[in-house]
Amino acid sequence: MFESLGRYILLLRLSFRKPEKFSVYWAEVMREMVSVGIGSLGIISIISIFIGAATTIQVAFQLSSPLVPLSIAGKIARDSTILEFSPTISALVLAGRVGSSIASQIGTMRVTEQIDALEIMGVNAPGYLISPKIIAGMSMVPLLVIASITLGITGGYIACVASGDITPADYIVGVRDGFDGLTVRVALVKAIVFGFIIASICAYQGFYTSGGALEVGQSATKGVVFSCVMILFADLVITRLML
Amino acid sequence: MIEIKDINKTFGENHVLKGISSVFHEGKNNLIIGGSGSGKTTLLKCIVGLHEPSKGEVFFDNENFTQMDFEQRVPIRTSIGMLFQNSALFDSMTVEENIMFPLNLFTNRSKAEKLERANFCLERVNLAGKNKLYPAELSGGMKKRVGIARAISMQPKYLFVDEPNSGLDPKTSILIDELIAELTLEYSITTVVVTHDMNSVMGIGDHIVFLHQGQKWWEGSNKEIAHTDNKELNDFVFASKFMQAAKEKL
Repeated sequence: MFESLGRYILLLRLSFRKPEKFSVYWAEVMREMVSVGIGSLGIISIISIFIGAATTIQVAFQLSSPLVPLSIAGKIARDSTILEFSPTISALVLAGRVGSSIASQIGTMRVTEQIDALEIMGVNAPGYLISPKIIAGMSMVPLLVIASITLGITGGYIACVASGDITPADYIVGVRDGFDGLTVRVALVKAIVFGFIIASICAYQGFYTSGGALEVGQSATKGVVFSCVMILFADLVITRLML
Repeated sequence: MIEIKDINKTFGENHVLKGISSVFHEGKNNLIIGGSGSGKTTLLKCIVGLHEPSKGEVFFDNENFTQMDFEQRVPIRTSIGMLFQNSALFDSMTVEENIMFPLNLFTNRSKAEKLERANFCLERVNLAGKNKLYPAELSGGMKKRVGIARAISMQPKYLFVDEPNSGLDPKTSILIDELIAELTLEYSITTVVVTHDMNSVMGIGDHIVFLHQGQKWWEGSNKEIAHTDNKELNDFVFASKFMQAAKEKL
């Protein structure tokens, strides 16, 4: 375990060496940003709307007491979406979608000697392959989380309109009631950390793949599993430290 | 010129290379031959720095490559071209982008100059007009030729080729061998080819190093190989009845 941790840290250090040519690396960063950001927007949107809607209906169901104003459901749905559902569930989904792609892409390059070809040319392979993915992850996951929060709260509104459990007016009052900017800051810190975890762990698993197609698949699986565990661990730590 | 001195390589308990020394001269096709598992590819990887030798040194024009760190190796690496066994073309890039990749990273040429160089390299390997194809759209022989075009794009002083004939039909194999030999002579490159293809050995082997069980067993030229009395080399080179018949005619 300590050997793996050491190799992971050394790989990260190599990844952030001075680039051979900034313009080539910048083009890679842009390409990865499109892949991570635009490529994941569809699945994140669908998940966020449904989770926002389901959360609102469930909270409304649990607050069936006449002593509690129904608008509180909007407030709880908002805070749950901002603090937990949007950053964490989005990150877990992205670990599956983006993380497995990163691990299998780099793993395939390793077993087909494409990484060797980069090294022979004098290219810092970890820098060229991994740093653009980490930068893309750390910049695009927060944007996806912002989109997810917006769509999650919108999903709650749609659920109110469709189910009639709470009136849309009550929901909006709840959503606007007692908003604290700290919750958004916590969500963004989580998103940045989760973006780093997904890209770096999956890239590490891919970079040290050896063998063939079977091992590439195993690297992708390991990358996703380790990323998910580390996301949940980081979620707990950040929540404890910031709230 | 490349000189290797006392190269040893171990993987755990497995002693793969045992004290191999040789000199590879420029303008010559230097072949490393041997049976499967004899250490040919490991030796090649030790020379180019993909593996670090457990013991021994590699010199590129009298510069000790083994003792250099990553940054110090970059100038030598940019003067190395390598063709891999499976070509190792970048899947996500077109043929043209593959060839221009080292030019983009290590030169300050304009886009037009880089494109001109890529077109020249493609013409040199008889693939003019294939610029926009992706590696998945190429045949095995075409991939090898694109690999060669990429390897020569930076006008290398040293060319390393790992199993250039694997997976190719005999006619295409000969074309690839001839291309490597022409480029070596034309640009006075120090070429090192790992192969177990006997057509290559007899066709382009200016200087041959035969490995057996991780040791240098024999060294000479393709003209000398037919007259050697080295048993292991004879067993390897003239294993087939066809080659035995050819030897008797020599």
